[in-house]
Amino acid sequence: MKTNQKPGFIAGSLETRAGMVPLVTSHWSFRDYLGTWKVRSSFGRDAYKVNPGLYAIGSPGPESDVFVSANYKLSFDVLRRGLEGISGWILVLDTRGVNVWCAAGKGTFGTRELANRIKSSGLEKVVQHRRLIVPQLGATGVSAHEVKAISGFSVRYGPVKATDIRQFIADGYKTSGNMRTVTFTLKERAKLIPNDFVYGKYYLLSALAVVVVLSGLYPWGYSLTKTADEGIRAGLNVLAGYAAGIIVAPLLLPLIPFRSFSLKGFVTGILAVILLSVFRLTGTSITEMISWFFMITAVSSFVMMNFTGSSTYTSLSGVRKEMKIAIPFQISFASAGLIIFLISNFTSK
Amino acid sequence: MKPLLYLSDVVTLALDPALCNGCRMCTVVCPHDVIAMADKRAQIIHRDRCMECGACEMNCPTGALKVTSGVGCAAGIITGYINKTEPTCGCSSSGSACC
Repeated sequence: MKTNQKPGFIAGSLETRAGMVPLVTSHWSFRDYLGTWKVRSSFGRDAYKVNPGLYAIGSPGPESDVFVSANYKLSFDVLRRGLEGISGWILVLDTRGVNVWCAAGKGTFGTRELANRIKSSGLEKVVQHRRLIVPQLGATGVSAHEVKAISGFSVRYGPVKATDIRQFIADGYKTSGNMRTVTFTLKERAKLIPNDFVYGKYYLLSALAVVVVLSGLYPWGYSLTKTADEGIRAGLNVLAGYAAGIIVAPLLLPLIPFRSFSLKGFVTGILAVILLSVFRLTGTSITEMISWFFMITAVSSFVMMNFTGSSTYTSLSGVRKEMKIAIPFQISFASAGLIIFLISNFTSK
Repeated sequence: MKPLLYLSDVVTLALDPALCNGCRMCTVVCPHDVIAMADKRAQIIHRDRCMECGACEMNCPTGALKVTSGVGCAAGIITGYINKTEPTCGCSSSGSACC
């Protein structure tokens, strides 16, 4: 989406002591819904941005609250919608199109950018008070006491979710325990799957290519007929392992035993092997079945281990510890699986 | 709802109660209810829920809280290993499907 065209969410402009400020609506147009669907389904993930700077919503005055957001359009849109019926100012930081939490982790949604944006937007002239409401997840990059020292504005952390803003204001600008806690519900996990499925596409395609090509290998040559006959089944097995790790394991996350993500993926990998074997898709020889057990569980475990990045509760120290143990296993399983697969391929008629 | 827990006894979070001035800021910014106030001092109550996001350290005016923060993301660690940098989110741009 081009940001130099006037976007649909801008309803007009408001004259302030710092000049004209764009006035936005809390309403979501069809384009906003479409754009959200596109980024969620990962069709148009990049450059979903709004211009950084100051915006007005409702009919704000010099005493109205200032809400800080990121210039990822979805972050901005969710805030707009959460402010329905509330008059205020929205200060959009330049996070290079990244959402608040990720950007705060990288430091782009941070103390320095906030202090600079306060200056460049002329906020000091627009409002008479010196208060900001920063989304709580921005606290990873924003230091409230430093912002105060640099800019004179005091930071109050608002709720994690923009839908709680109304309640937060009604409660006297206080967040309750629920408003402060990050969850990872089934619905939240399900939303991430389309993007994550596409994110690992190169791993998936390479693995598919390897097994499909190897399917056609004979001890004395290569048969394209064999590739066609058995390659499809081989590809399907790899795809099943991938799906077990990137769809099944994230959805069933709390129900699967073990805390380590790679072990959770290993468990759903075993389930995939069992299911595929019931339908005779892991082959008829015991050697081939064993080879698929190794390969499918390795793929599922690895893919689910990568879901740590999408989760909202894993720590760097924990993931490092998990990887130190899991990666050697995943590599051994994948290699053993491939070798046994070749042996089974060579020994079959 | 029961909170999801990751590996136990791994996080680097450390609190020096002697430095705490009781401002409660850490309890406000923590997304996993790791810290609570007891006798006007911060106290770690749910250590294994910590995800090392670093918000508490960032917002502690007296330096009482320390944590080695970073992205708890396997893909990010792999990217960092390949590029010989700190663990970095691989996400080119946006989406909450990011670390």
